[in-house]
Amino acid sequence: MADQTSHGIGGLTYDKSKRAWPNEANVFIALVLIILIFEALGQILPYMNGQSMLFDFNTNRDGTILNIARIKIVILQVSIIGIIALGVTQVIISGGIDLSSGPLVGAAAMIVMSFAQTELVNGNPNPKAVFGPWSFDLPVIIPILVGLAFGALIGAINGTFIALTRIPPFIATLGMFLICRGIAQWWTKGQPVSFPTEQYAALGAGMMPVVWFVLLAAVFFVIMKFTVYGKHTYAIGSNEDAARMSGINVKRHKILVYMIAGMLAAFAAIVLSSKNLTAQAGMGQFYELYAIAMAVIGGVSLTGGRGSIVGTVLGAMVFGVIQSGFTFIKLDAFYQLMAMGAIIISAVVLDQWRQQRAAMRS
Amino acid sequence: MSDIILETRNLTKHYGGVHALQDANFVLRKGEHVAIMGDNGAGKSTFVRQITGVEQRTRGDIIFDGKPVNFSGPIDAREAGIETVFQTLALADDLDVPDNLFLGREITKWNFLGPFRLLDYRSMREATLAGLEKTAVKIPNIRNSIRNMSGGQRQCVAIARTATFHSKLTIMDEPTAALGVQETAQVENIIRTLKEAGEPLILVSHNMRQVFDLVDRVVVFRRGRICANLDIKNEDISGEDVVAYITGAKTQAGYEDAA
Repeated sequence: MADQTSHGIGGLTYDKSKRAWPNEANVFIALVLIILIFEALGQILPYMNGQSMLFDFNTNRDGTILNIARIKIVILQVSIIGIIALGVTQVIISGGIDLSSGPLVGAAAMIVMSFAQTELVNGNPNPKAVFGPWSFDLPVIIPILVGLAFGALIGAINGTFIALTRIPPFIATLGMFLICRGIAQWWTKGQPVSFPTEQYAALGAGMMPVVWFVLLAAVFFVIMKFTVYGKHTYAIGSNEDAARMSGINVKRHKILVYMIAGMLAAFAAIVLSSKNLTAQAGMGQFYELYAIAMAVIGGVSLTGGRGSIVGTVLGAMVFGVIQSGFTFIKLDAFYQLMAMGAIIISAVVLDQWRQQRAAMRS
Repeated sequence: MSDIILETRNLTKHYGGVHALQDANFVLRKGEHVAIMGDNGAGKSTFVRQITGVEQRTRGDIIFDGKPVNFSGPIDAREAGIETVFQTLALADDLDVPDNLFLGREITKWNFLGPFRLLDYRSMREATLAGLEKTAVKIPNIRNSIRNMSGGQRQCVAIARTATFHSKLTIMDEPTAALGVQETAQVENIIRTLKEAGEPLILVSHNMRQVFDLVDRVVVFRRGRICANLDIKNEDISGEDVVAYITGAKTQAGYEDAA
């Protein structure tokens, strides 16, 4: 009894100082450390001649010290996969997994591009035309809507199978992985689709992918943190039975989560095909794995219930810095793949170790 | 207006050929705390599952708050005002206390946004504090995730839901089965607070000491039937008597067909 009165009603208030150290802070520290490591490697490795990854001392003509060009490349590289990772983050938090996002990018890019083609290329008819004359020079909103609808449809199929048949998400989305690759190749019998309208080409031109990524990250940050949708996503991933007993429509919610993930992957396809001015059936190879890696590096727990959009954005930055860092220190591509794999495994192990420690402390 | 909050008439549940619950006639009055006891498989949990709508009864009537009811699920029952603390805690580990209390019935604003309507964190926090204060539940920081709380604290959070939502009837299915001594005391204190507040309670328990400490009346189940209805507050009934009813050594007058 005496012990119970020691923390009375007074202790009930919201006390910021007692809050746990946020996982995102760890990811941020890791990001800074990794940047410093690559900086150091640039100085140490004999064949680098004291080059820097971030600081461009040689071409420091316009008075800036930061290597803006390289930083731009890093962010640009991760933006498109980052958009997919925003959706994958929600799926993983809800306790699922989405392996179909990479092939979905390929299929969506093919389909969208065929609605975004221009009639005349340098005065000649478009050599890559998929449909008849009606499909040329459509307003840009049409390919966008077609793409989002396709992504939503694929996501809804994923979600419906997972929610209603209770087959593991891994299997359902693995099947969809193959189906989407098939759709991408079947759409034009393997031919690339090219020559989009100017409006469409503007969607992914220059730094636009970064703009989309930042914008969507902000939107989904708010959605995951401040809306019922976000709360229920965490609840389902944390304890599905509790969520069901609390009156949450778990099936409907899961379908919605996969639909949003599908739409984000399709939007990534729009930005990617616009940036490249072409769509190919093989587009988005490994993107599903990279998107999952970004989320996991950012602290999203594969068992569901934990993680955040901020974490995934930071995870995407870590991913980008490591990838471009490897290129920077002239590590061959096959070593890069091996190292990436090792880093992903380490991130999960670290996360579990941290969780165990947190559980022991309390 | 009668003072009966819950009544069951000939409540029966068969699982195939198994008669898990047979003609249970049960009455709970306003403000009354009743314990349900019985051996494993005697029908206690089956009885609770019929009332809370987790399962659909084979036959019989349930009259709750003066009206016959047919709950299609636990959510229905909760909306009608029956709050259940299940043996397995229905809590989401990664959410904090207000999130758990309001899970599935969040206070929201901007409702035109559908699933993307905004959470009113401040209102939920205030209601949580009020509910916890009412039950005298002590939790160091309600913004911590449930994962880092002790079993007793988690059970208290589950119970505090009832106080927060002004339920008409609370049902607890072995709320202290997995708890330590001190945590059990904490949960029992909450039950006393509910009693003082005049909130009716059905307590499923195996703990004789707890039952004699807390409740007004004991209803004993045996092999799917009610075999005794004991007014332990006013009559001279000992723990041995209750054990005798549970094991079948004795059957109360009026319940002979349960023998």
